[in-house]
Amino acid sequence: MKRRDFFKKSIGAGVVAGAGVAFGGIGRIFAGNNNPLPAKYDLAAIKGGEPDVMFDKAIEVMGGMKNYVKSGQTVVVKPNIGWDVIPEKAANTNPVLVKRIIEQCFDAGAKEVYVFDYTCDEWTRCYSNSGIEKAAKDAGAKVVPGNVEKYYREVDIPEGKNLKTDKVHELILDSDVFINVPILKSHGSAKLTICMKNLMGIAWGRKQWHRNDLHQCIADFATYCKPDLNVVDAYYVMKKNGPRGVSKEDVVTMKSLLISEDMVAADAAGAKLFGLEPDDVPYIKIADEMGAGTKDLDNLSISRQKL
Amino acid sequence: MKIPSLKILRIILSLIFFLGTLFVFLDSWETVGPGLKRSLVFLQFSPSLLHFITVICFGGTGFIIILILTALFGRVYCSSICPLGILQDIITFLAKKFKIKKYFKYTKPVNWLRYSFLAVTVIFLIFGSVFLLNLLDPFSNFGRISMHLFKPVLAGANNLLVNVLERSDIYSVFPVEIKAFNILSFFFTLSVLILLLWMAGSRGRLFCNTVCPVGTLLGLLSRVSVFRIRFNKDACISCGLCERVCKAGCIDTKNMHIDLSRCIDCYNCFRVCPVDGIGYRNSLVRAGNTFSGEPSENRRAFIAGSVLGLFSLSAFSKGKNKLQPSKDTTFPVIKKYPACPPGSLSIDHFTDRCTACHLCVSACPTQVLQPSFLEYGFLGIMQPQMDYWTGYCNFECVACTKVCPSGAILPVSKEEKKTLQIGVAKFVMGNCVVHTDKTDCGACSEHCPTKAVYMVPYLGNLAIPEVNEEICIGCGACEYACPTTPFKAIYVDGNPEHLTAKKPEKEKIEEADPDEDFPF
Repeated sequence: MKRRDFFKKSIGAGVVAGAGVAFGGIGRIFAGNNNPLPAKYDLAAIKGGEPDVMFDKAIEVMGGMKNYVKSGQTVVVKPNIGWDVIPEKAANTNPVLVKRIIEQCFDAGAKEVYVFDYTCDEWTRCYSNSGIEKAAKDAGAKVVPGNVEKYYREVDIPEGKNLKTDKVHELILDSDVFINVPILKSHGSAKLTICMKNLMGIAWGRKQWHRNDLHQCIADFATYCKPDLNVVDAYYVMKKNGPRGVSKEDVVTMKSLLISEDMVAADAAGAKLFGLEPDDVPYIKIADEMGAGTKDLDNLSISRQKL
Repeated sequence: MKIPSLKILRIILSLIFFLGTLFVFLDSWETVGPGLKRSLVFLQFSPSLLHFITVICFGGTGFIIILILTALFGRVYCSSICPLGILQDIITFLAKKFKIKKYFKYTKPVNWLRYSFLAVTVIFLIFGSVFLLNLLDPFSNFGRISMHLFKPVLAGANNLLVNVLERSDIYSVFPVEIKAFNILSFFFTLSVLILLLWMAGSRGRLFCNTVCPVGTLLGLLSRVSVFRIRFNKDACISCGLCERVCKAGCIDTKNMHIDLSRCIDCYNCFRVCPVDGIGYRNSLVRAGNTFSGEPSENRRAFIAGSVLGLFSLSAFSKGKNKLQPSKDTTFPVIKKYPACPPGSLSIDHFTDRCTACHLCVSACPTQVLQPSFLEYGFLGIMQPQMDYWTGYCNFECVACTKVCPSGAILPVSKEEKKTLQIGVAKFVMGNCVVHTDKTDCGACSEHCPTKAVYMVPYLGNLAIPEVNEEICIGCGACEYACPTTPFKAIYVDGNPEHLTAKKPEKEKIEEADPDEDFPF
C-alpha cells in the first residue's frame, strides 16, 4: 500500500471513529471501567451522623474515593438542585454532603470538579437558595448553569423502549467521572425520586418522558447512563408532598446515607428506607427487568454502619 | 460669577438619565433589585402621574417635581430626563456626524396635530383608558424599544462572550435566554424606532412637538415659566447661528422670537451664540464652538445595524425540543380571563393604569409576564399578562410588584403573595395522558408549590391530578409543566378580581426512630 493511501485510510478510519465517539454518546456506557478494583461492597448504608461524616465512613468501605477518582481526572457531581427552596425543606440535596464529596474528589487528585443541575424552578434562585452553589464554590468546584439548551448534545438510547433518543448535558458526556448525588424523597407520580429519577436533571427532553410513560422512560435512560458512583442523601427525607414539598412539616430527619455503583440497588434500598417495597415503584421494577441493575437486595453484599 | 455652560450640564444629566433608564430595562442579570430600579425611574412623568392618582404617596410625586421644574425653567424634562427625548438627541447627533443633517431652520408649529393628540389622550384618560398613553407616551415607548430591540442585541452579545469564556473553562458569566418573541410588540416598537430615526434624523425633536402628549402638556406650562429664554435684542447681531442649532426649530431669528412651547431647553443656542444675544432673562452666555465636519459613511451605519441585528439572534432560545412525536390532545382550552400580575388587584385596576412600558416584563425572572395581544381587548394592547407557556410565577418572587412605576402593580410582601390567587387551575381530563394513554405523568403536581394540584389513585396503579381550588394561587407551574400539545390538560384561568387562597394544611409527619435497624 502506498504511503499516501495508508494515510488516507487511517485518517478516514480515525474520522469515523472520532465521529462515533463525538456523536454517538458512547462515552457514558463505558462508565463502569473507571475503577479496576471491584468495590468491596455492592451497597454501603450508614446512619446516625452528619452528612459529611457519614460520607467519609461510607466511602471508606467502598474502597475510598481513590477507587473512583484518579489523579488528573475531571469529575461532574450532579446533585438535586431542582427547587427554589432552603435546605431544611429537603427538596434539594444537602449542601454539606455535596461539599464533602467535592472535597474528597480533590483529595483524590481530581483536576476539576463541575456541579450542575437542570432545575425546575428559576435556576439562579435554585442554585443560591439551596445552598449548593456556595458550598460547591467553597470546595473549589466550578458551578455551571444547567438550563441552557446549547450545553446539551443529542445521544442515542439503543436499549430504550419508549425513549430512544434525548439530549444530555455535555459535562456528563465529557467528564471522566460522574457522581450522582440525589436526595431521597416522595414524588407525586413517580412515587419516589432517588438515583434514576435524579438523572432527569441531565436530560433536556424530560417533558417527553412525562408524555410517553414516565416510568418506562426513567428505566430506559437508566440502561443508557450509569454513573460511576451514586450517593443517596437521606439525612432529611421529604415523606409527602414531594418532589417540591409544601413545608417543613413534610420532612423527617432520617440521618442516613447510601452509596452504590448500582442505581437500581441504591433505589431499591432507598425505597425500603422510605417505607415502600421496590416493587411498589414501577420504574425500579422495569429497570431491573431491563438489566440496568438489580433490585434483589438479599443477594448483595451490604455494609451497614450506625454512628 | 461664572456659570458653567448649561449645555454641558444638560448633556451630563441626559446621559445619566438615559443610561440609568436604559440599564433598568436591560438588566437581565438582576444586578440591581427591582425596588432600586423603580426609584431610578422616579422622575418619569406619565408613570409617576398615574401612580399618584392610584396611591397618593411619596413614590408617585416625581411628576410634581417635573411640573415645578417646568414652571421655573421650561421643558428641561424633555432634554435632560426623558429617555426617548435623549434617544432622539443621539439620533440627531449621529445624523450630523454622518452628514445627513447639517443644520436646522425655524419651522411653524403644527398646533392642530399636537393639541389633538393631547386632547384625545386626555379624553381617553377621563373615560378610564390609558390606550393612547400606551401608544404615545415617551417613557413607555422607550421601555419597549429597550426591551424588544436593544435587549436581544445585548443578550446576544452576552451569549457570544459566554461562548468565548467557556473555552477557557470560565463560567462566571451565564447565558441570557429570551424565551418568547412577541410579534406585535416587536413590530410596533420597530415601527416607532424607524419613525423616530426619520423624524429625529431629519427634523430634530419633531416627535416631541407634534405627537408627544407629555411634551405638549409641558409646553403649555413652559410658555409662562419664571425663567424664559429670550433674545437680547440690543446684543443680538442676527448671525442666525442659534436657529441653525435649534433641534426644536422654534427660534425665529428674523422676528427675534422663540416659541417657548416647543423649546426643549437643550441650550445649544446658548452655547453657539457669539455674543450675549440669547439667554434666560439675559443670563451670561458663553461663546460657542463651530461644528466640525467629519468624513461620513452611511454604509458604516448600515453594517453596524446589521451586525447588531445578527448578534441578537443568539439571544433567543430555540424552539421546543422535537423528540418523540406524540398524539395531539383534542379538547381545546378556552380561558375566560387572562391572568394579570400579582399585586395588580384586578384586571380593571391593572388595565386602567398600565402604560405597557414592559418594565415588569423585563424584570420578571421567569419571563412569565409577556405583552398581551387582544386578551385584555383592543384597548389593552401590549399590556402584560401571565403567559404560562413561556414561564410560571416563581412562588416567592415579588419582583413585578416592586418595579412597576405606574401603580398598575402595587407592592406585595412575599408572605402575602403566597396566598394571592391571581387565577385558578382547571383540569381537562380528556387531554391528560394518564387518562388517554394510561401511563403515569404527574408533571403538574410535581411543580405545584402549594400542592393544590395533587395526585389521586386512578385505574389501579396509576395516579391522576385533582385540583383543590381553595389553595390554588394560579401561579401556572402546572400549565407550564404539562407536556401535552397542542392543548394542555391543566391550565390556569385568570381571576378578574384577585382573591385570597387558603393556606395549605400542614400536618407534621411522625419522626423516624433513630435507633431503628436498616430495613434491608
